Amino acid sequence: MTVTEDRAGREVGRDRRRKEDARLITGRTMWTDNVSLPGMLHLAILRSPMSHARIDGIDASAARSMPGVVDVITGRDVADVQGSLPCAWTVTPDMAHPDHPPLAVDEVRFAGEPVAVVAARDHATALDALEAIEVAYEPLPAVMDIEDALADGSPLVHQSLGTNKSFTWAFDSAEEGTGGDAAAAIDAADVVVRRRYVQQRVIPAFMEPRSVVVDPTPDQITVWSSTQVPHFVRFFLAAVLGTPEHKIRVIAPDVGGGFGGKLQITAEEFISFLVAQRLRKPVKYTESRSEAMLSAHHGRDMIQDVDVAADRDGTVTALRVRLLANMGGYLRLLTPATPLLGRYMYNGIYKFPAHRFECTGVFTTTTPTDAYRGAGRPEATFAIERVMDDLAAELGMDPVELRRRNWIERDEFPFTTVTGLTYDSGDYAAATDKAMGLLGYDELRREQAERRAAGDRVQLGIGVSTYTEMCGLAPSRWLGSLGYAAGGWESAIVRMLPTGKVEVLTGTSPHGQGHETAWSQIVADQLGVPFEDIEVMHGDTRTSHKGLDTYGSRSLAVGGYALVEACKRVVEKARPMAAHLLECDPADLEFVDGSYRVKGTPGASKSITECALAIFAAHDLPDGVEPYLDADASYDPVDFSFPHGTHLCAAEVDTETGQVRLRSYVAVDDIGKVVNPLIVEGQVHGGVAQGIAQALFEEAIYDEDGNLMTGTFVEYTIPSSADLPDIVTDRTETPAPGHPLGAKGVGEAGTIASTPAVVNAVVDALRPYGVTDVRMPCTPERVWQAIRNGGGRP
Amino acid sequence: MTRISMTVDGVRYDDDVEPRTLLVHHLRNRLGKVGTVVGCDTSNCGSCTVLLSGRSVKSCSLLAVQADGVDITTVEGLAGRDGELHPVQLAFHESHALQCGFCTPGMIMAAVDLLTENPDPSDTEIREGLEGNLCRCTGYQNIVRAVHAAATSMRTSVPSTPEAAGAPAPSMGEEVTT
Ligand code: FES
Ligand code: FES
Repeated sequence: MTVTEDRAGREVGRDRRRKEDARLITGRTMWTDNVSLPGMLHLAILRSPMSHARIDGIDASAARSMPGVVDVITGRDVADVQGSLPCAWTVTPDMAHPDHPPLAVDEVRFAGEPVAVVAARDHATALDALEAIEVAYEPLPAVMDIEDALADGSPLVHQSLGTNKSFTWAFDSAEEGTGGDAAAAIDAADVVVRRRYVQQRVIPAFMEPRSVVVDPTPDQITVWSSTQVPHFVRFFLAAVLGTPEHKIRVIAPDVGGGFGGKLQITAEEFISFLVAQRLRKPVKYTESRSEAMLSAHHGRDMIQDVDVAADRDGTVTALRVRLLANMGGYLRLLTPATPLLGRYMYNGIYKFPAHRFECTGVFTTTTPTDAYRGAGRPEATFAIERVMDDLAAELGMDPVELRRRNWIERDEFPFTTVTGLTYDSGDYAAATDKAMGLLGYDELRREQAERRAAGDRVQLGIGVSTYTEMCGLAPSRWLGSLGYAAGGWESAIVRMLPTGKVEVLTGTSPHGQGHETAWSQIVADQLGVPFEDIEVMHGDTRTSHKGLDTYGSRSLAVGGYALVEACKRVVEKARPMAAHLLECDPADLEFVDGSYRVKGTPGASKSITECALAIFAAHDLPDGVEPYLDADASYDPVDFSFPHGTHLCAAEVDTETGQVRLRSYVAVDDIGKVVNPLIVEGQVHGGVAQGIAQALFEEAIYDEDGNLMTGTFVEYTIPSSADLPDIVTDRTETPAPGHPLGAKGVGEAGTIASTPAVVNAVVDALRPYGVTDVRMPCTPERVWQAIRNGGGRP
Repeated sequence: MTRISMTVDGVRYDDDVEPRTLLVHHLRNRLGKVGTVVGCDTSNCGSCTVLLSGRSVKSCSLLAVQADGVDITTVEGLAGRDGELHPVQLAFHESHALQCGFCTPGMIMAAVDLLTENPDPSDTEIREGLEGNLCRCTGYQNIVRAVHAAATSMRTSVPSTPEAAGAPAPSMGEEVTT
C-alpha cells in the first residue's frame, strides 16, 4: 500500500481556505513595486508613437541636463551589449527569426516599442524627462493585415528577410501514417462544411502591471520581477547578456496574475538590468496600464479556415485546418509556438480518420503575440466546437447527438488520435450527460422551439462545447524533438526541521493559483504532519533553484508529482532511523499517520518528527543515514494529461437590439482527482470568465496606421461584476493513470471550453435568421449586423 | 509644495507635497501605505480604493492636496488593533474571493462601503455596486458570495452582547464550513 493511499482524504480533497490570503487581504503583500532600496533610481521608458519607422537620431541632451536626471540611455548607447530578446522555440528549421533589441536601435516595428530610458531620482522626474527627448523618426509603411502581408509586393516588417512570413508548419495524417488522406476524403464526402473563424486579438490584462527592480551589488545582481518564470529570466539574462549565471538571483515575489502574459522575457527586464549594471545603482521600473497594453504581449489573433467532411449520418470523415497567425513585429519567447500548441488538438475529443493542419506565422507592425491562457488550445477548441455545431445544423441534427457519434467512447482509452497523441483516459458521455441534466437541456430546447414558433423578439440559443486539452507541459523529450530550447520537468525539495516543522521548496512559481495551500495539503498527507506546520517557498532562484515555473496547467500535474516523490524519499530516509530507535528491522515498519509502527506490535512506534530530531542531532545514526532529514526529487512527465469536460451555455438574444444575455452556464470538468475543490472551483470561475470575455467583450483594435485604439481600460473592456453571470460548476472524475495524485490540471480548462460554448449559443439562437457565424466579440452591434446580413426570418 | 495634514489608519501625518501628487502616490510613496495599489491610469480598475471619511474613493482620482484634513482608512487599517479581521476581510478568505489578490484591497474597501450603504444587498445590487472594481482572476462569483456572507455576519453580530463581541475570529487556514 502506498503512502498516498494510507492518508487519502485527510487533507487532499478538502476545501482548505488559502494560507496566501492572510497577507493579501491585509495589504501586507510583497508586490515588486513595493520593493524600495536605499539609493534606488526610478526608470521611465520612452516608447515609439509609430508602428513602423526608421530612427534617424535621438537628442537626449536636454533631458540629461534636467535636475534629478541621472542618465538617459538610447538603443545606440547599448547596441553592442544589449543582445536580442529570446525566442525559445524554433518551430521549423527555416523559421525566420529576426533580432529583437530591447531598446530599438535603427527601426521600430510596433507602437510602444522602447527607444530610450531615463534614470532619475524619482518617478515624476523620470517621466518629465521623457518629454524632453527628441527623436527623429522617418515613417515606414505599417503592415497590418496578415493576408495582405503575405501578398507579393507587400511592404515588409523586416526588410532583410525579404518576406513577412516567419514559418509554415504542416501536418498531414496520410504523410505521418496516423490516418487517411484528408484532401481525398473531403473531395469524396457527402457533406462538407467550410468555415472561416477569426480569433480576434486580445490582451491578457493581468491586474498587476509589470514591475522590475534590479539591485547590482558587487557580489550578486538581484532582480525582482513580476513574472511567471523567474528561472527562465535568470537563464536568459545570463545567456544573452553574459553576466555569469551564478551572479544573478531572480525573485518573483507576490505576482498579481499572469494568464500567460507574464510568461515572457521582457524588454523592460533587460533594460532595467542593463541600466542598473551601467550605473551600478539599484533601479526600479514599473509600467503604467497604458504601457502594459502596448508593450506586454497580446494573445490569439489568427484566421482559421476549417473544412469538415462527413457522411449523411454524421460520421466525420476528415478535418482540414489552415491557420494564419499574427506574430506581431518580432518573435518573443513562445510567439511562433503559441498557435502550434493547439496543433494536436484540432480533432478535439473525436475519432476522425483523416486530418490535415497547416499554420503560417506572419509578421506585422503590431505588438508581438504570445501565450494567453490556454495558448493555442482555446483556438483549436473554438474551431472544432464551432464547426461541429455548424455541421450539426447542416445535417439537421442535434449538436450533442453529432458529437456522440464521433467522440471516443469510455472503453476505447487509451486512444491514439489522428494527430498521433495518446489520450490516457476520459468519459465524455458522463460529463455531457451531467451537464445536460444540470442545464435542463431538453426543457430549454422545448422553450427554444416555442420562442421560434412564436417569433419572439428574444430568441434562445444553447451552446455546446465538449473539450479536451493537453496539460502538464511537458515531456522534455517531446519538447526537444519539436525544437523547444528547454525541458518540461519540475522539482521539489522537502526538509523536516529538527522541531518537526516542514519547509517545502517548489520550482513552480504561482501567481494566484494557491500552491502554498495545495502543496501544504499534499505534504500534510504524505508526511502525516499538520497543515499548519508546513511552509511552502517558491519563486526565488537562490532558494528554489531547480524549476521551470508555472504555465500550461503544469504545476500540479508535474510539480505535484515531484513533490510526492520528495516526500516519499523523506519517509524512506527516516525509516532506518526509526528502525534503529525501535531496535527492529526497517522492513518491519509501516508508516501511518506520521509514525513508523512495528507491524504486529501495537504501541511500538516512533513519529517521523522524533526521527527528524534524532537525525539532526546525529549522535547515533545508523549506517548510511546522513544528518538532516531532507530530500529532493525531480519529475519529467512521460506524457501529457488530458482533462476534458462539457460546458453548456444558454443565451437569450434580443433580435432587435442585438443584446446577448447569458441566462445560464454549466461547466462540468473532468480534471482527475482534486486536491482542493475550492481552489479548483475558483480556477474554473476565472477561466470561464476570461473565455466569455473573448466571446462577448474584448478586442484589441488597431487603426490602419498601427495605432492601438484600445490602449486603456476605457476602450479595452474587460468584464466587470455586472457583466458576468453566476455559473454552475460540477465535476466528473476519471483519475489520471500513472499520476500519484491522479491529477490532470485545471488552470486553462475554463477558458478553453467557454468561448465556443458562448458563441455557439449566440449562433444557435439566430440560426432561423440565416445566421451561421458572429465574429467575436459578439457585441450588440455585431449581432444586430449578423441578423441583418442573414436575411432570413423565423 | 503645499502643506497637508491627514489621518490615515488612525495615525496623523503632516507633509509637504507637490500639488500634482496623486493621493495614491502620496499614500504609497510617502506614507508607506503600499497595501493600496495602482492597477490603471484611467481610474477604471478600482485597485486603489480607500475610504475617505468613511466613503470609498479611487485614490488615483484625487490629488493628495484634495485630501487635506480628512480621515482615510486603507486596507491596512481595516482589521482591529489586535489583528482581528474585519468581517469583509474574513468573508473574502472564507469564500475564496481572491486569487492573485491584486484587486483585493480595493475590492474589500469598495465592499465595506457598499455594505455601509446597503446592509442587505441583493446579488444584482452587489454586482452593480462593485462594477467599478475590476478583477481578472475570480470571475466575481465568489466575491459576490463573500459580500453576502459579510453582510449576514455584520447584521447578525450584535456587538453589545459580550459573547458575540468576544468571540474569537477563526484563524487563517482553518477550515470553516459555509
Ligand atoms: S488605479 Fe485604477 S482606478 Fe485607481
Ligand atoms: S484576484 Fe487577481 S485580480 Fe482579483
